[in-house]
Amino acid sequence: MTFRVHVRVMPREGLLDPQGQAVEHALSALGFEEAGAVRIGRAIELDVAAASRDEAETRARQMCDKLLANPVTEDYLLEVEED
Amino acid sequence: MPRVAVVRFPGSNCDLDTLRAAEGVGADAYLVWHRDTDLRDADVVILPGGFSYGDYLRSGAIARFSPIMQAVQRHAAAGGPVLGICNGFQILCEADLLPGALLRNAGLSFVSKPVDVIVERPDTAFTCDYDSDCRLRLPVAHGDGRFVAAPDTLRMLEAEGRVVLRYVAATERSPFQPNPNGSANHIAGICNADGNVVGIMPHPERAADRLLGLTGGSGFFTSMVTLHQDS
Repeated sequence: MTFRVHVRVMPREGLLDPQGQAVEHALSALGFEEAGAVRIGRAIELDVAAASRDEAETRARQMCDKLLANPVTEDYLLEVEED
Repeated sequence: MPRVAVVRFPGSNCDLDTLRAAEGVGADAYLVWHRDTDLRDADVVILPGGFSYGDYLRSGAIARFSPIMQAVQRHAAAGGPVLGICNGFQILCEADLLPGALLRNAGLSFVSKPVDVIVERPDTAFTCDYDSDCRLRLPVAHGDGRFVAAPDTLRMLEAEGRVVLRYVAATERSPFQPNPNGSANHIAGICNADGNVVGIMPHPERAADRLLGLTGGSGFFTSMVTLHQDS
């Protein structure tokens, strides 16, 4: 079976996110003063061939730990959906 | 003379400058391709600056899995000297050969200018020709140079004296911000616990020839020769 995996990688809370700050300033300059605490991360989507949803998630987690996210500075969220 | 392997990744762009600087001090320097698996009896390994794999995903994240990096890991584990310059520093962090990570500059801009740094570790393979606490003016050129690490890692680096280079103000009244990227504790370079793996953001190879205007970086290259002659 093939599963579609959605990975959301975000800078760890507490770490300075200068991109988020810059976008927040830009939103404010455009009149969106209600916007705050902007954080910018990365979204990755991939197909994973696996026998089960659990297997797909386990493999995707390994991919995140090894390459897709940096354990020093980033946290990630996984969503697995059946194709 | 030491054999110095300069690793060339797709996207490296300081490889020839680094090779030239090593040759300039008489080292037997040569390029090694990232797909190679053998460092060809290198005494010293240098990972040069640039944008390996286009900095895709994160700076250094893909380069660390290059075939040559297994040989670099073995060389480092055996106590062999390894220097990562700029993108090379980012690769060493991604490869877990050094702690921490290098993130987007706090000011978001790519910063290319000379900075002043102080040499706090004059006992590594790359700094032994410098006096302790001597100040150098070296160029930086990076977009992702903000060194970060977990609080306990930072405390350990400071307690163990593993900060090799730190950004400083040229004079007490200098009008310039000394830290070009917002790095933790103004860190510009660190080493591993054994002191044989060193990563720095400034580019000593761009300050190793009088023709280039700055010569403060040549000590990184003469140190390799000094260490080799002493051993």
